[in-house]
Amino acid sequence: MTSLLYLLGGILLVAGAVFLLSGGIGLVRMPDAYNRIQAGTKATTLGTLLTLAGVACLRPDWALKLLLIGLFLLFTNPLSSQVLARAAHRVGVKQAPQTVIDRLEEDLGEKP
Amino acid sequence: MTANSETQPRARRIAVMFATLLLFWVMLMGRVTADVLIVGVMVSLAIALLFPSGLSFFTEFRATPKAFAAGIRYYGLFFKELVKSNLKLAAIVLSPSLPIKPGIVKVRTRLKSRMGRLMLANSISLTPGTLTVEMEGEWLYVHWVSVGSTDVEGATAEIVAGFERYLEVIYG
Amino acid sequence: MVDLLIYLAATIAGVAFLLALWRFMAGPTAADRVIAFDSLTIVSITGIALAALAEGRGIYLDVALVYALLSFLGVIVVARYIERGF
Repeated sequence: MTSLLYLLGGILLVAGAVFLLSGGIGLVRMPDAYNRIQAGTKATTLGTLLTLAGVACLRPDWALKLLLIGLFLLFTNPLSSQVLARAAHRVGVKQAPQTVIDRLEEDLGEKP
Repeated sequence: MTANSETQPRARRIAVMFATLLLFWVMLMGRVTADVLIVGVMVSLAIALLFPSGLSFFTEFRATPKAFAAGIRYYGLFFKELVKSNLKLAAIVLSPSLPIKPGIVKVRTRLKSRMGRLMLANSISLTPGTLTVEMEGEWLYVHWVSVGSTDVEGATAEIVAGFERYLEVIYG
Repeated sequence: MVDLLIYLAATIAGVAFLLALWRFMAGPTAADRVIAFDSLTIVSITGIALAALAEGRGIYLDVALVYALLSFLGVIVVARYIERGF
């Protein structure tokens, strides 16, 4: 039973790290700041949550504190990415040429 | 905001804030002993009295069985979406041609409460692929990595509707 | 066996850290750097949790919690600063 939990913990650790890696690759490959926020800060959030769950499987006595860290990340991460995206849009950071639509820019144009 | 302060009396807001802070303090310490509780109660009470208008997890929460059931199903949906969209985004990032179609769309929410809207915006931001950029009353501007539909109704149905169904029951 | 998986996870996280670091250096705008910084701290939290696991010291988790708190505040402050002009 314990060894099964250990194995699950190890698998969760590696799965989390793989999501972190996909976030890192997204951060390098995405063409503009907004897409980098999407790929970078959020794939890494799931990655960290999975890793923390893995650590909790390996050391059940730390579970409460790990849950606290996870909850904290779950609440602060969307806020910081939202504030960043808003700041980037307000100072007019350019969007990638593939961008198909920008309703926010249109609406800002209507009411100066 | 005036409507909120009418439905949420000051005493209840302070009590909610106090309970949330105390819960987190006990979780942080990891044990329930006399000294931990005394310090926790004192500090939580002081902060709750000083900042009664702060938002916390259960602000405007409707304490009915239906709301609890919706809350559990909401988190089920949320984690399913979180994993699903992360896999989708990882596939996009790893494919050599980088098949993205980004844009900022405008969506509308039926939610009225502050906490309900905050949770909606957070849920949209946490599921990769969509990111709330700006909020103006009932309008949300959402950055979308692969735009599905550019009009308000279509985008609302695709991004907002799933979460909104449960949040409406929980917070109103 | 599990030790091996811990080191494998730490290695993969390390590569992710380097990729984010490259974006942090490359920019090109200030917003890009803050995004990269945010990712760097999140990856670091994983790193701290793994270090706690490898050394068996629970006190590291408190460090991770404070680190998460400070990085959140830092990102908010810098985003506000960017909004007001460079």
